[in-house]
This record gives sequence, C-alpha cells and structure tokens, in this order.
Amino acid sequence: MLKLERLELAQGDFTLRADLHIEAGHRVAVIGPSGSGKSTLLAAIGGFLAPVGGRICWHATDITDASPGKRPVAMLFQDNNLFPHLSIDRNVGLGIRPDLKLDAKDRARVAEALARVGLAGMTERKPAALSGGQQSRAALARVLVQNRPILLLDEPFAALGPALRQEMLDLVADLTRETGATLLMVTHDPQDAQRIADDVIFVEGGWAAPPQPAQALLENPPPALRAYLG
Amino acid sequence: MAPRAQPVVGRSGALAGAAVVGLVVLSFVGLGMRAEVGRGLGPAEWAAIRFTVVQAALSAVLSVVFAIPLARALARRRFAGRGILITLLGAPFILPVIVAVLGLLTVFGRNGWLNTVLEAAGLPGVSIYGIHGVVLAHVFFNLPLATRLLLQGWQSIPAERFRLAAQLDLPPATLRRTLEYPLLVQIVPGAAALIFVICLTSFAVALTLGGGPRATTIELAIYQAFRFDFDLARASLLSLVQLALAGSAALIALWIIPNFPLTAGLDRVQQRWDVRGGVQRAGDVAMIALGSGFLLLPLLAITLAGLRGLPQMPPGVWLTAGNSLWVAVLSIAVLLLIALPMAAWIATRRAGGAEAIGLIGLSASPLMIGTGWFILINPIADPVALALPVTALINALMGLPFALRILVPQMRETLQSYHRLATTLGLRGWSAWRWLVLPRLRPQIGFAAGLTGALSVGDLGVIALFADPERATLPLQMYRLMGAYRLEAAAGAALLLVAMALALFWTCDRLGRRDAEA
Repeated sequence: MLKLERLELAQGDFTLRADLHIEAGHRVAVIGPSGSGKSTLLAAIGGFLAPVGGRICWHATDITDASPGKRPVAMLFQDNNLFPHLSIDRNVGLGIRPDLKLDAKDRARVAEALARVGLAGMTERKPAALSGGQQSRAALARVLVQNRPILLLDEPFAALGPALRQEMLDLVADLTRETGATLLMVTHDPQDAQRIADDVIFVEGGWAAPPQPAQALLENPPPALRAYLG
Repeated sequence: MAPRAQPVVGRSGALAGAAVVGLVVLSFVGLGMRAEVGRGLGPAEWAAIRFTVVQAALSAVLSVVFAIPLARALARRRFAGRGILITLLGAPFILPVIVAVLGLLTVFGRNGWLNTVLEAAGLPGVSIYGIHGVVLAHVFFNLPLATRLLLQGWQSIPAERFRLAAQLDLPPATLRRTLEYPLLVQIVPGAAALIFVICLTSFAVALTLGGGPRATTIELAIYQAFRFDFDLARASLLSLVQLALAGSAALIALWIIPNFPLTAGLDRVQQRWDVRGGVQRAGDVAMIALGSGFLLLPLLAITLAGLRGLPQMPPGVWLTAGNSLWVAVLSIAVLLLIALPMAAWIATRRAGGAEAIGLIGLSASPLMIGTGWFILINPIADPVALALPVTALINALMGLPFALRILVPQMRETLQSYHRLATTLGLRGWSAWRWLVLPRLRPQIGFAAGLTGALSVGDLGVIALFADPERATLPLQMYRLMGAYRLEAAAGAALLLVAMALALFWTCDRLGRRDAEA
C-alpha cells in the first residue's frame, strides 16, 4: 500500500496537500484542471520534490527522503524518456544496470521485454529511427525490466494521437496486470481514466482527494469535478 | 523547500576549478619570492606599460571601427563565396600568430608586395616595425573576431523588423537609428573590451614586430629580462605589473564581454528590402573587397612563399614539428580533463563566479605564469627539461575560456533535459559521464579539442622562455629561422605549421561530429 500521510508540497506560492492511501496493485488516474498540481504530486512520489511536511510510505517503509533512483518507483515523463544517442536495447538495459555492464541473463531480459512490447528486431535502432508509438513502447520495455512495484505516468503519451494513446494505455493496463504493479497516471481525459483506472484521485484547489472508484465517481461526479468535466 | 538537488555529475568540477586557480596562485608564490617590489618601476617599465595600453587600445578601436561596415556589408549582401569568406573569418582562431606575422611581413614588409608597388609608383615605402606593425597584426587577428561578433548581432535582428521598415519605406538614416544603433551600443563595447584584453597579453606579435624602447610590451619586457639579462627580480616585478593590468582589465571586461561566436549559423543571409542599390551597394562592395583583401593577401603570400620554401627547411624542423604535435596532444588531454568537469559544475549552478575561473586563461599572461613556475621549479629540477610539458599545460589554460564557452551551453541543455530520467535510473558518476554526458557533448568536445590543439601547436609563448637549442617547438624554430634571415625556410616551416594546425582542428572536429546524433 502506498501511503501519503498528511503530505504538504510547496513550489513557490503553490501548495498542495494530500492525505490518502492507494492499495497495492490498483490502477489510479489522477485528474484535475491544469495547474492543479497533478504533476507535482507525481514528482513528490517520484522523489523530485521534497515535501515540506508529511510522509510518503510504501508498505511499512518510509521513502520520504529516499533519492529517486532508490525508490520502488519507475516513472515516465512527458518527454525525454529515452536517451536519443543510445540504441533501444541500451536504453532498456539502463533499467537493469546504470553502468550497462550487462551479462547474458540481463541481455536476455532486455530482449524479452522488447519482444513483449512488440519491438523484437528493432533493438539496434536509435530512438529517432522509431515512430512515436514505438518510442513509447521502448520506454515501457524499460519500465518492465526496472521491475519496480510502482509505475508513475506523467502524461508520457500526450503527444500521440487518440487511437495510439488508447493502444498504449491498453498495453500499460496489460503490463501492470501481469506484473501486479501499482499505477498512478496523470490524465486530462476522463475516458482514459474510465478505460484503465480502478480509482480516480481528483486534484483541485490545493487538495488531492483520496481515491474513489472510477466508474461511480465519473458517472456521478461531485460539483467540483462536474465543473471540471463540463 | 526547493526541488531536491540530485547532481548527476558535477562534484569533480569544483576540484578542477581549484586546480586551475592553484596553478596560477602557485606561480604568484614563485614571483613573490623573487620580485623586489621596493625597487619600484623605472622609466623602461613605465614605457612598457604605456606602450602595452596604447597599442591594445588602438588595436581594439581600429578592429571594431573597421568591423562595423564590414559586418554590415556581409549581413545584407549575398554573393558567391560569402559562405567561404565567413568561414575564413573564423580562421584567426586557428592560424598561428607567427605564421600570420610572416604573411604580413611578406605583404607589408620592407621588401614586401606593398612596398614594391609603392616604389614602382615613386612613393615612399612604409615600415611594418614598431607600433603600427604591432597594431596592424592585432587588427589582422581581431578584425575577423569583431566582425563575427557584430554579424551575429545583425542576424539577431528579426527579419520582421526589416520587413516592417521596408513597408514603412524608412530612409536609411532612420533605419540605422531604429534598428542598427541600439544593436551597436549593445555589442561594440564588449567586442572592444574583449580585443583590448586579448591584446594586452599578446606576445608573439610584439616579439616579431615590436621591440626597442619605444615598442616593447610588458610581456616582451618579461621575456627580455628573463632571456637576455636573466634578471628574475625584474621579470617577476614586470609579471606582477602584467597581472595587475590584465587581471583588472579582464575583471572589468567580464561583465560586458559578449558570447564568442564560435559556432556555425553565421552563413545565413537575411532577406533585405532596404538596400537595393546606389551608394550603399558600392560602399558594401568596396568594404567586402578591402576587408577580404586585407585578410586573404597575407594568407596567400604565406602559401606561395611556403611552397617555395618547403625544400629548404633544415631537418631540425621535422624534429620540432614532432615536439609541437606532442605538446598539442598533451594540452588537449589536459584541457578536457579540466574543462569537462568544470563545464558540468558551471552548468549546474545558476550563473556567475565559476566561469570567471575559466577567464584566467584570457587574463593571466602565459609568460607571467611561466616565469613564476620557472622560479619554483628551478631549485628542484631543470626547468628546461620540463619546457614541453609546461608549455602544454599553459596552452590548456589558454584554451580553457574558449572550451568553456563551447561546452557549457550544451552541458546545461543536456543536464536539464535528461536530469530526471538519469536520476530515476540511478545514473550517476562515471556511468552518467559514459552514457549521457560524453555522447551528448561529443561534437562540442571535438570542437573544443580541435581549437585547443590548433592554439597549442601554433603558440609561441612560454616555450620561448624555457627552451634551449635542443628543445624547441615548430613556432619557435620558425622564429629562429626568421631571426637568422632564412625567410624562405621559415615560410616553408610556416606552411607546415598551418597544415598541422588545420589537420589537428579538422581531425578533432570530425571525430566529434562523426555519426553525431540529433
């Protein structure tokens, strides 16, 4: 279980509070108006923003002060999820060992992950030689080998077209189902949330509400959410 | 609380910066041990100070004054060979000073082309020695630099402004006032300050074209006190004077020096509607012709004389060429070891002081540092035996400000774009260098290494202090041939030297850019 206990975040004048927990293995969509702090919330869980108060715990472990690379977290950002100067298999290999000293077993894992996301045979290519969807798949292959129990998606598919984005979300849903990872994804689109999320966290007015079951919440939204959904 | 600082790279940069400062400070210790400050400055020292400042000021003013019309002409005209001409404006960064001096001598010297023409016309000849020779050579080197700085400025004026001006049919005077003067006010002081600082510590030009009580720079006076009289007390005193002068000038200039236009992109042509013909066109054409003639004739002269002189080079030239190559390679290695960590360090902080350390290379004079180290090394080891490594080290320091200007922007961009990804992957220390920084900066590393290599291979500075007949670099050997009036052999050596400088630059730059990534 991922717990945010009386968490307080601040960036300049902006503040965000959260006091909630997410069941392990759940898929949670984080929605809310732009500027409400969705990305800020994920940055704090990922370890890029030190909270001014409260704690972040994974099961019984306090990870509030852990550095980003030492957290049980894999994260995909809006852009720059692959190093453009490295081939796809090296990009994925970095998820296993940052010094890229891979043995035969590691290399087999890389190949297996790439095959799983449908990129077998493209391992030697650089990201620029791949389409946008394929680049997303490569990033997901790295998430697979990183094998972290929490996956944070800060709108990594925002630049893709609607059909491709849904395809990626389905792939994410399948992968998390297979690995049992807990998913938090920022999205603007309630349909995305409905498509793969069990729960929804609504962020607005400096407050991240505890997760509610997605179906029920979106079908019968409270006033603030109704105003956002329009 | 601010976002967590997670340095991907960067701790070693402070160390490298400290090493640079340490090297320079150590030379002060040496100078302090020998300088007899109480002795005060004699008339000869004052004359040297005066000459140094006057020639630097003249060089700066003249370079900028000629650069303004040349840059304006280049900015608004398109013609065949424009791209090549603008590339050649970058050549003085690579061209060894001593080679250019020989080229200028061939054109403007006593028996040079100009005097031959003047004589045929029945006019009195001109002499290139003394202050006008020194200033001429400095303008030759810095006119292209000033032109590139200004051209960069002109091209930063958005094309829409010129379009609007054309639409309103603004007369030339109004156009100058509204578009061009504000730009000049922004760039000219910085360009002049940069050239002034560069010329304060110039040595090879003064050594070859200056001299005598009326045309001796401080740098040359240090050399003479050291080499001719072996008066270390006087050399140390002069070094401290040089440090105070050049150091304070550089510190003041630091705030107004513009970015070096080292990178490509200057060959873009702006579409202009306001300068179609008439007097302006004729003026531009004349300016481009004069400017390129002034810059290209000495290069042509050295090529022609060099081809004739190649067979007459004594065999010793090849040995010194080997020494020069070794010095250049060593100084590239030292430069990268210092500049890369420093660039990472500078890139991770917001602004300010760190880059000033890099400017030491611009302000601290090579002969000053050389004199200081000679005094320190002398009791422990034979300084002459260390002539080549010391030269390489000081060359690396000289290249440092340029290298930092090249490396820091791309380093900053790389760390900003990939810092979060690298951090989530736990990419730190050597892994971050190996898999992130070095591959992303390869073109910049190649370019910086190439510039430093060319700078080092052509440098005639501290080696002149330390060397003995057995241990010389190619530029020193060339100077000795010129001193012995073996001008044809010197021209041959000059051609070899230019070829080496170009080859070093080209090789490093190519290695950096080979299958470079987007």
